[in-house]
Amino acid sequence: MSLLHQAKLLISISRTNDIVRRYFVVNGFDGALTMFGMIIGFLISATDELTVIMNACLGAAIALGMSGLSSAYVSEVAERKRALNKLEEAMITDLSDTAHGEAARWVPLWVALVNGAAPLLISLLILLPLWLAIAGFTFPVSPLYIAIAVAMILIFLLGVLLGRIADISWLRSGVQTLLVALVTGALIYLIAGN
Amino acid sequence: MVSVKRIVLDVLKPHQPNALEFSRAIAIVGDDYRVRLTVVEMDEKTETLQLEIEGDSVDIEAIESAISDMGASLHSIDQVEVLNQSMEG
Repeated sequence: MSLLHQAKLLISISRTNDIVRRYFVVNGFDGALTMFGMIIGFLISATDELTVIMNACLGAAIALGMSGLSSAYVSEVAERKRALNKLEEAMITDLSDTAHGEAARWVPLWVALVNGAAPLLISLLILLPLWLAIAGFTFPVSPLYIAIAVAMILIFLLGVLLGRIADISWLRSGVQTLLVALVTGALIYLIAGN
Repeated sequence: MVSVKRIVLDVLKPHQPNALEFSRAIAIVGDDYRVRLTVVEMDEKTETLQLEIEGDSVDIEAIESAISDMGASLHSIDQVEVLNQSMEG
């Protein structure tokens, strides 16, 4: 059996696609909204030291990635082990050397990677304008505003993805997630701005 | 040479992989295998199957290995069709 076929079988028998998709959207949204909030916070603070902003945001992005990776791994290992034990009881046999045993070992790793990578990659995309500005690229407006625009586009796209998964209007779903970001921004302005 | 042309097996398997994926994985074992799978009984976590495999030379050990790789177990061999193809001349 080829490696690709084996991987497909493991993902199929463990019903991982749904979980991975959900984790990607949920944690990706976490990453996007965190960066969005932090950059608005820096705008309110009138800090123009891009390196400081970049390091603070990068620190938060890496922490989100590590948090996603470790929390998903620990919980998935426990869930998969429990499911395997129940299946072994039903089959009255040891399944550790079967596709089910392999899935219990490999699937938590795959789920954890997606859960950790989603907020990290989305955060890095949002921070890209800041990186470019630090590297010497000049924008017509402050790179913080461009980073906020990137964050809003990504949040909208995550909503579109959710709409497609739920088979509802992608526009409505995208606008809904965008509204969450706008409410978050307004709350930050109201609470931190005063 | 004696070769197995057809076997019918009684198999217990978890719900995953499903019947289609399970049959495909069995069919991959031989180049000319024809697999017919019937779900005989369905429980909360397992299902009992009648698995019929036809081919020019069915390799029962390779099939048993593929069955256990997917977490299923072979309960019994219910039917067998064997042919003796002696070389003439």
